[in-house]
Amino acid sequence: MPSEHSHDHDHSEVPSDLALRVKALESLLVEKGLVDPAALEILIDTYETKVGPRNGAKVVAHAWSDPDYKARLLADGSKAIAEFGFDGRQGKDIVVVENTEQVHNMVVCTLCSCYPWPVLGLPPVWYKASPYRARAVRDPVGVLKDFGVTLPEDVEIRVWDSTAELRYLVLPQRPAGTEGLSEADLAELVTRDSMIGTGLAKQPGAGGTP
Amino acid sequence: MNGAHDMGGMDGFGPINPEPDEPVFHGEWEKRVFAMTVATGFLGHWNIDMGRQAREQVDPAEYLRSSYYEKWLQGLETLLVEKGLITAEELAARKAEMAGGAP
Repeated sequence: MPSEHSHDHDHSEVPSDLALRVKALESLLVEKGLVDPAALEILIDTYETKVGPRNGAKVVAHAWSDPDYKARLLADGSKAIAEFGFDGRQGKDIVVVENTEQVHNMVVCTLCSCYPWPVLGLPPVWYKASPYRARAVRDPVGVLKDFGVTLPEDVEIRVWDSTAELRYLVLPQRPAGTEGLSEADLAELVTRDSMIGTGLAKQPGAGGTP
Repeated sequence: MNGAHDMGGMDGFGPINPEPDEPVFHGEWEKRVFAMTVATGFLGHWNIDMGRQAREQVDPAEYLRSSYYEKWLQGLETLLVEKGLITAEELAARKAEMAGGAP
């Protein structure tokens, strides 16, 4: 199979069957006017560089800093999140669940990959893969252990199964010793996994985790 | 409808294996599949539930074997053909043409 075809992307290896299938489909859709190549680039750029867990971290840090905002966020997640201008695809109905000393929340989509895109971006591979989807609802304690999280035994774990209509964002516990921090510094402590519930917010001065 | 996708509570899938510093996409083809799926969704020929159903109707063994964006690609091709926006023959011919061989 010679690779004489021309395209915009810089790779010289012979395309795999899958890459070829994708290219053929795109070529056909563009030719028929069903997709606009410029629109595809915008979509890719948006989800690679603009919409991601930094959005959610801002929401969480604001909720930690402003009790009124936190109350609005827990009462109507989508509406309070929209105050930041974060809305759109796969985020029409977002419910925010709060972690406390007594309750730890964890989110899964057992059927597929539903996820609150406006605040977390696209989900990581493990979230969409069979092992997490299967085990999160049966053995959340074991799953948390795989992520390096061990909770006190008296903490109740609630697992939320997302659907296309209803997606969840975990409001992690604010770490101790962060009283004087600005919202921007607090946001740095909020990891993606802490908003899925497979992690905790970082302690100030700790290293980087997802 | 249950099926291979309805896997909540099942045993035996092995460890979760989170990837450190995972990129949003793994390879150019994943980007294209993602963007084409979202862009064609805007055309209004199907909704999100029909999109998921198209991914779930593949053979269970195939479903479990496929990566996430392979499932998306399969689902998108299925919907486009079902809705008459493209034909399977056109797609096969374009693929053969781009591979440099005769159809």
